[in-house]
Amino acid sequence: MSAQEPLLRVEDLRVEFSTEDGVVHAVDGISYEVQRGRTLGIVGESGSGKTVASLTTLGLTRTQGARVSGQILFEGRDLVALSDAELRAIRGNDIAMVFQDPLSSLHPFFKVGVQLIEAVRAHQDVSKQLARARAIELLRLVGIPDPSRRVDDYPHEFSGGMRQRAMIAMALSNEPKLLIADEPTTALDVTVQAQILALLERLQRELGMAIVIITHDLGVVAEMADEIAVMYAGRIVETASTATVFDAPEHPYTWGLLKSIPTLAGSRDEDLVPIPGTPPSLIRRPSGCHFHPRCPYSQPSHERIDPQLAPVQGEPGHHVACLLEADVRRALWAQLRAGRMPDEALAAVGVPQEPA
Amino acid sequence: MTRYIIRRLLWGVVLLIIVLALLFVMFRVLPTADPAKLRAGRFGSPKIIAEIRHNLGLDKSLPAQFWVYVKNLFLHFDLGYSYYSNAPVKELIFNRLPATLSLVLGGAIVWVVTGVGVGIVSARRAGSRLDRASMGTALVLVSAPEYWLGLITLYLFASDIGQVRIFPGAGSYIGLTGDPVKWFESLILPWLVVAAGTAAIYARLIRGSLIETMGEDYIRTARAKGLSERRVVLRHGMRSAINPIVTVLGLDIGVLLGSSVLVETVFNIPGIGRLNYVAITHADFPIVQGTVLVAALFIIVANIIVDIAYAFLDPRVRY
Repeated sequence: MSAQEPLLRVEDLRVEFSTEDGVVHAVDGISYEVQRGRTLGIVGESGSGKTVASLTTLGLTRTQGARVSGQILFEGRDLVALSDAELRAIRGNDIAMVFQDPLSSLHPFFKVGVQLIEAVRAHQDVSKQLARARAIELLRLVGIPDPSRRVDDYPHEFSGGMRQRAMIAMALSNEPKLLIADEPTTALDVTVQAQILALLERLQRELGMAIVIITHDLGVVAEMADEIAVMYAGRIVETASTATVFDAPEHPYTWGLLKSIPTLAGSRDEDLVPIPGTPPSLIRRPSGCHFHPRCPYSQPSHERIDPQLAPVQGEPGHHVACLLEADVRRALWAQLRAGRMPDEALAAVGVPQEPA
Repeated sequence: MTRYIIRRLLWGVVLLIIVLALLFVMFRVLPTADPAKLRAGRFGSPKIIAEIRHNLGLDKSLPAQFWVYVKNLFLHFDLGYSYYSNAPVKELIFNRLPATLSLVLGGAIVWVVTGVGVGIVSARRAGSRLDRASMGTALVLVSAPEYWLGLITLYLFASDIGQVRIFPGAGSYIGLTGDPVKWFESLILPWLVVAAGTAAIYARLIRGSLIETMGEDYIRTARAKGLSERRVVLRHGMRSAINPIVTVLGLDIGVLLGSSVLVETVFNIPGIGRLNYVAITHADFPIVQGTVLVAALFIIVANIIVDIAYAFLDPRVRY
């Protein structure tokens, strides 16, 4: 395996669910890579398919009757093609996952230690005593005070932040090469959120694992991620390094996400601009560009043409799926960045209107 | 916890006294057969009847009778004597207890094992043909009256009157200490009949509860750990899904210990239910009181055990 080989390479992944109302296209042909020891942030609203994509990486959508196509190459092995038993050997071992709500994600009737010991012994042939020692060590690693006593507590005896630390400890039990964190801070208090993110960063430095962090909150990935993929309606609409996403984003949806979060640098009376409308149904998606019904800059032709993810000229590693011309996009972002509202930006740039 | 249990036990005693009072009202105030007349026989003269009434203590006022009964019960654990045979009620009940315990506890094992087993399989294959067949059968068994099921099984399988003579039929009960093999054989049909309806309820209960549990986030966590599906279902899923079963199991056993009248009658098993049934036909109040009291005691104790078990089952429960 060459040094350039990414740890995880997802190729044209599609995940569909059949329901009574029709086929849900939860993930619609996404591709991304995660390098060893690096962090990828996947950003999008609820229902953009980001969680399904990562659950599929672990094969956790198999039990829900998902139809999966494409490839998920982990160290060169295609996880989609593996048998349940082969995948189980990787799950919780080489790839581990941390979920959104730590209270409901821990079994309420088993002691925290018991759940940790189980995770250790699922992949290591060690005695209970040894696994228990490891569990205590893991709790210490994630910053739980007095771990040799707290190991015998039940999850309800932990605070919210401690529960998420325990979940992270469980994910780390077999020193995974890849940690998938699905909204790891969403259910927590703001101060605790920062602690958990700092913990993840410290653990990544110490253990050298790669992290995929899934969130709807650009603030979370700004600190942690090296690369960001923005998802909308089951697709990646823009992907770039974190610095590029914040400095020179190309997709109107990314602009919307950026303009809808407050910044410390911005003036106090800076207006937040919400993205109008709601995320589309993944059963009956809009025609053409899936974002066009909510896009302030959409043209009549965007309702017919389906944009493909394409490299941005002169910016290696930056891809965007948008039908607007490159110079128009840059001009629009320059206006938005200067604090203009979308309609003002549109007027200033003077996008040539297509005949309807 | 200890305080809680003591409080529950005291309430249990109060409840028993209320049950007794209700029994007194039911059998002595409301119209019923006169036990003195029944005992005197067809040619009993008024004088003899009055004498019997005096001997049985029936000539005292109702509150006085009640007071004597409660006093004897709590001071001497004395349940009185049968009007019919003069045998001490306490002894009668203790003699009958092993048969009822055999029937109910054996039946409980059958219904828990089959109910939980079928429930798990149905839950894991919800919507499949197997699931629908099991749940359909369960519905039939829940709806079938016990005495009818009992008669049908006797008609089909009893060694004396059955179509396929494979199991000992009615009246074949032998105590466990007498002959364990015959004891077991004689109880096979009664166990199945006692268990049928309850197993069906448990199967439906486990099915629903397990399907719900399998949608929980912590089941996803268990899978994400790389555990086998078997371990995910049987350890993580069932650990939560079993809780409602524990509640009903305690109560079902408690209730049945005092009221397995129908099955004991159909199979002619000399248990408490049968004792009670015969006593009612003879207006033998002390026995009826004694058996109902024991039944109430079983239910109260079962309730307390269920509540205590809950504290162990769910660490979040604190008393």
